[in-house]
Amino acid sequence: MDYLPETPSQTAGPYVHIGLIPRQAGFEIFVNNLGERMVTDATRGERIRIEGRIFDGAGSLVRDALVEVWQADAHGRHNHPADVQEGAAHDPAFHGWGRAGTDFATGIWAFDTIKPGAVEGRSGRGRMAPHVSLWIVARGINLGLSTRMYFGDEAAANEADPVLNLIDPARRGTIIAARGGRDGAVVYSFDIRLQGEGETVFLDI
Amino acid sequence: MRPDAEFFPRDPADHPPAYSPVYKSSVLRSPRFPLLSLQNSLSEVTGPVFGATDIGPLDHDLILNYVQSGEPIGERVIIHGRLLDGEGRGLGGMLIELWQANAGGRYRHALDTYLAPIDPNFGGCGRTITDAEGNYSFRTIKPGPYPFRNRVNDWRPAHIHFSLFGSGFAQRLITQMYFEGDPLIAHDAIIATMPDPALRDRLTAKLDLKASVPLDTLAYRFDMVLRGRRQTRFENKLQGS
Ligand SMILES: [Fe+2]
Repeated sequence: MDYLPETPSQTAGPYVHIGLIPRQAGFEIFVNNLGERMVTDATRGERIRIEGRIFDGAGSLVRDALVEVWQADAHGRHNHPADVQEGAAHDPAFHGWGRAGTDFATGIWAFDTIKPGAVEGRSGRGRMAPHVSLWIVARGINLGLSTRMYFGDEAAANEADPVLNLIDPARRGTIIAARGGRDGAVVYSFDIRLQGEGETVFLDI
Repeated sequence: MRPDAEFFPRDPADHPPAYSPVYKSSVLRSPRFPLLSLQNSLSEVTGPVFGATDIGPLDHDLILNYVQSGEPIGERVIIHGRLLDGEGRGLGGMLIELWQANAGGRYRHALDTYLAPIDPNFGGCGRTITDAEGNYSFRTIKPGPYPFRNRVNDWRPAHIHFSLFGSGFAQRLITQMYFEGDPLIAHDAIIATMPDPALRDRLTAKLDLKASVPLDTLAYRFDMVLRGRRQTRFENKLQGS
């Protein structure tokens, strides 16, 4: 039987901000800027900031990228009908998705969000350690790059995580973020290396 | 997770390779390690859900959505089509976003320094939610070609950037749409990242005279396909389904 092939991907190019985060391109056009704010006062869970930079194969900062995140709520539930895990309903005050550009000057991207809970794994038995899914597009990236960020303070859960266990131990650390703090806020630092020394583990999902 | 929530795996032959030296920016921004192939989990089969209330009533009309003193200059065009999955089913309720240069090939962007002027009445971005059958349509100005830094005389053919959401984060896709008959298509370095002419053809919108508005606006048709979800062929019904 004939299946329709997936539409080919093309680079997001250097001006991706216009379409997806027009404020960073330098203008106001939409009433609702999608993905700009992930958390409200009503959202349950520990407030955290996730931030990082992106480096290319020559070690240079990538300043024109766009990053999107997708994650479960504080109890490990996704705001989506395919999440049929037993237990509590998802947090109605948490959508779970955000997008941000790398700063044109500093190259820093950041999300103010909540720490997700552990999520049921594929088999329905073991749980996946808390993690955030990331998707990175930019000039020079022909097909969006997918990865996950795990939490450095979840050593026991990370040890048992079915995805981390598929990765060569020498490279696992590239997708585990250290927990730190700044001005009383919790900050996880997650630098992404597109190529070469310390290259981030990217996923074919 | 229900087995029928899983997506068919992505076929790398459907996409340009990450490392495509003809497009110089890809040389240092392409991973050297192979991607780690994962079977889908809940993290990939779920994704953000959007609805009509997330967007504004003029968001899909680029001729009107940034009007300051009048309408933008250029060829008025309708871009329409369907968002489908691999089995040809329409994907309803999905967010489609797009962005583009103006009729002179200039982007409204802090970092675009091309000498063609900004059009004061053209923002250059729009978005819509597909209807129940997966149909979408935008009204805009045909973008102009523009030069870009790759080889010294490289020009992008007229194109519109599209950003697509399916119902799962694994379906996330960004692409570009070209216009049938554009002589620059044969010379473009970014299109050249896809040596297979079949892929180029999938990204080329076709003139659609029947969908045009006589004496007003030309139309082009552009269908897009996202990865489909596996169907349960063997009717071993799961509890609760
Ligand atoms: Fe472009």
